[in-house]
Amino acid sequence: MTARIQTPTGAPYARILAVGSYRPERVVTNAEVCERIDSTDEWIRERSGIVERRYAAPDESVIDLSVNAAEKALAAAGITADQVGFVLVATVTHPYQTPSAASEVAYRLGAVNAAATDISSACAGFCYGLAMAQDMVRGGSATYVVVVGVEKLTDWIDLDDRATAFIFADGAGAVVVGPSDEPAIGPVVWGSDGSQHDAICMTQSLIDFRDNGGPRFPTLSMQGQQVFRWAVSNGSVKAQEALERAGVTADDLDAFIPHQANMRITDAMIRALKLPEHVPVARDIETTGNTSAASIPIAMDRMLSTGEVPHGGTALLIGFGAGLAYAAQVVTLP
Amino acid sequence: MSQEILDGLAVIVNEVAGVPVADIQPDKSFIDDLDIDSLSMVEVVMAAEDKWGVKIPDSEVKNLRTVGDAVAYIEKSTA
Repeated sequence: MTARIQTPTGAPYARILAVGSYRPERVVTNAEVCERIDSTDEWIRERSGIVERRYAAPDESVIDLSVNAAEKALAAAGITADQVGFVLVATVTHPYQTPSAASEVAYRLGAVNAAATDISSACAGFCYGLAMAQDMVRGGSATYVVVVGVEKLTDWIDLDDRATAFIFADGAGAVVVGPSDEPAIGPVVWGSDGSQHDAICMTQSLIDFRDNGGPRFPTLSMQGQQVFRWAVSNGSVKAQEALERAGVTADDLDAFIPHQANMRITDAMIRALKLPEHVPVARDIETTGNTSAASIPIAMDRMLSTGEVPHGGTALLIGFGAGLAYAAQVVTLP
Repeated sequence: MSQEILDGLAVIVNEVAGVPVADIQPDKSFIDDLDIDSLSMVEVVMAAEDKWGVKIPDSEVKNLRTVGDAVAYIEKSTA
């Protein structure tokens, strides 16, 4: 006779309890970026909305950035590290194949009871992590989950490439997800399209670099127009779907926090979504650059700490990027 | 050349890039005369696809140098 297996019981709902972020100290202006590429401050502002960005110090790792952000989120949530059941780190710039960044982040946080793993979904990574964290809390496999979005993209971009050097930057953001009596994270609308895997990708694999050498260490490359078209057309449809599945309308929103890819993509998405003018939109890219998986929690933290959006307000999040992967959900802000 | 498509395209270019409708004439180059950059061009193309139900692949966009080129392409695709 088949043994009857016990299954876990989770919380009725999950919510974001708190957010924390870490922006590296060093401010890099467009003028400094233009010392290595043939461009101008005006051109960069016009094409991307970026005025300045932050670069991590050479000895500052993805782990360091993550721990800084996660410690702030845990303190704000009033949760001790030993209560954390899972640490999820969304990143594509941890420079080791193994072990995961998350296992070291958990160790450094003192999250001695936590399982840990990394998520490789590039700029969609944070929203992927948030959806997985919600499922863990509701499914009963963890009570508290730390979700970190972190990138040190300056290690993986070609600072002499005028198509990408001005866009990408470094930073980390983190949230603590825990149980809730009320619904506070809507259904995720997510997916990926591997047929467009070369729209944003590495110039070559590390194995090819090792075996064939050449002057170029693998760096990030991007087909700007292809990505722009996909992000705007697919992104606005998926964002709309996330609203519908959560049972809210754009009019109900207190904030729209898209991945900070490019101000032009954000503006085009707002038009495609017909977002009402009263909804504040994250424009953190202006001073933070595109920090891939980190951009949404960093922008969320800024909007909350400046008072631009209310605690407990309703926000639409959407991450999109290499893969081409995307994830959108409506959340109650911490 | 279809005046109707030209007029519709002029409205789109005006909405995307703020170029005065009267300036959007068949002989004008999107980049050199109307100052439409590559990202705005993608938005124009997407709006045109929606409006006329046509497909304008990325590989074709670079061949649409002038407003007239775009009108002709849309005209041919909807014929």
